[in-house]
Amino acid sequence: MSIFRDAGHLFRLAGVYLAGTLIFLVVRAVVVPHSFGQYGHYRGAAIAEIADRPLHFAGHQACETCHSDIAQTKAGGMHAHVNCEACHGPLANHAADPSIDPGKPDVATLCVRCHAVSAARPRAFPQVDADQHSGGVPCNTCHQPHSPAIAAGGSK
Amino acid sequence: MPGVDGFMYPNEISLYWSVLIVLYPYITGLVAGAFILASLVRVFRVEAVGPTYRLALLTALAFLLVAPLPLQLHLGHPERSFEMYLTPHRTSAMAMFGFVYLWYLMAVLTVEIWLDYRADIVALSQSTRGWRRLFYRILTLGSSNVSERALHIDERVGWFITLIGIPSAFLLHGYVGFIFGSIKANPWWSSPLMPVVFIFSAMVSGIAAVMLLYMAASRLRRQPIDMRCVDTTAQYLLYTFIVDFSLEMLDLIHRIYEADESFRSLNFMVHTKLWFSQVIVQICFGTLVPILLLAFVQVTKLSTAVRKRLYVISGSLTLIGIFAMRWNVVIGGQLFSKSFLGYTTYKMALATREGLLVSIGLTILPLFILAVLVKLLPPWPKEQHVLQAAAGGD
Repeated sequence: MSIFRDAGHLFRLAGVYLAGTLIFLVVRAVVVPHSFGQYGHYRGAAIAEIADRPLHFAGHQACETCHSDIAQTKAGGMHAHVNCEACHGPLANHAADPSIDPGKPDVATLCVRCHAVSAARPRAFPQVDADQHSGGVPCNTCHQPHSPAIAAGGSK
Repeated sequence: MPGVDGFMYPNEISLYWSVLIVLYPYITGLVAGAFILASLVRVFRVEAVGPTYRLALLTALAFLLVAPLPLQLHLGHPERSFEMYLTPHRTSAMAMFGFVYLWYLMAVLTVEIWLDYRADIVALSQSTRGWRRLFYRILTLGSSNVSERALHIDERVGWFITLIGIPSAFLLHGYVGFIFGSIKANPWWSSPLMPVVFIFSAMVSGIAAVMLLYMAASRLRRQPIDMRCVDTTAQYLLYTFIVDFSLEMLDLIHRIYEADESFRSLNFMVHTKLWFSQVIVQICFGTLVPILLLAFVQVTKLSTAVRKRLYVISGSLTLIGIFAMRWNVVIGGQLFSKSFLGYTTYKMALATREGLLVSIGLTILPLFILAVLVKLLPPWPKEQHVLQAAAGGD
């Protein structure tokens, strides 16, 4: 048929586009991870991979197993809902092997992280200008970090 | 803090969308506008602008090839952009741009250029030697059928491609306006008029660019300028510009009349930070002056030399004005705080990845690509006749 002869170049063009589409589909099948879209618009296998990564945090239950006295002090104070490792840092190694000494946090830098004056904090949240408030005296001279209100016991 | 007045939220102090994001809608607009000018010839049968038809198509292609580069440079990981195609995110307008771009490049522009040039390509594949011969032979896709019926089929298919190309060009650039218009947290951008304003400003910039390129190319080739063509192009530029300006003023009047909670802040910004770029450059020198010049040509009988000069001045001012419009949208939308109580400053770097030099390079790059395209696929009527004669002789 003459239409196929005279429009032959259009079929060739369509063939080039089809070939390009097929190459794209092959590339896509090869490079897109098989688990992509399993749960959402991400690689499903990433969840298992992330779960397999080594733990750094032990969790407060692990801390409270041995340090029940501290847990009791903390439960009655303003820091009841602050997780142990929020101040002490990740302690999975210490929980696995108690002989590893995690060291004590430096209160000069630790407390002001949350309690330095900042307009961005809620007004009711305790906040101080550390230099004016203590004149360089460490915070835990007066405040017991696990239950910081002065009336709760002061320094320890 | 230097450059910051009043109250800014911390994440508003420095601008995230730089001059490269200004260039992106500017270049995309030139593509859409150039294509619309070409469609005047093909679909609307405005034969007077015929001499610009092929140049407009090549201009659209040259600028379209550069259009994604500002985004690639801004994002910093060009290889990741391919993932838009591999794992398309259908609810993200930005991610969908990849498909709009691909559709416009591969299904519209490339096909239309190929169909229009096919007879020339076949002739060139027979009359050239060396790598050029190989290049043209590849472009023929192995078919050298340039019979009357084959060319008639090309003509009909090309007409159809142009027909679907018009809404595609609107989609390409209307989409860019949509990206800004749909950001509801930003009152400077959030407007349903934004896509429409972007489409008409794109047409204005594209028509002005092709008109200037045609005049410049004729001068470089030492060929006489077809004044009937340039006069008609300038006429369409004027009409489109009037619609574009009316829409922009409609947006402005609507904002002033509505005067929502952002109005005082934006009004202050226009009178201070954006006064020069918006009021002086965009509205006065980039819009009113070219409209008045083009209208002046319409109502008077001026000599050819004067008309040429006025077209060059009004065309250049138009391009500057449309660039200023993109600048005021993109940069202006980031200069004020969402608290409506503060303003920041955009300081353009010089030689960084998103700096002035890169921007100048990206603006000039399409002209180099166009020069190569013009060399490979001559858009001039004279060469066309020579080619047809050569094709007939083989």
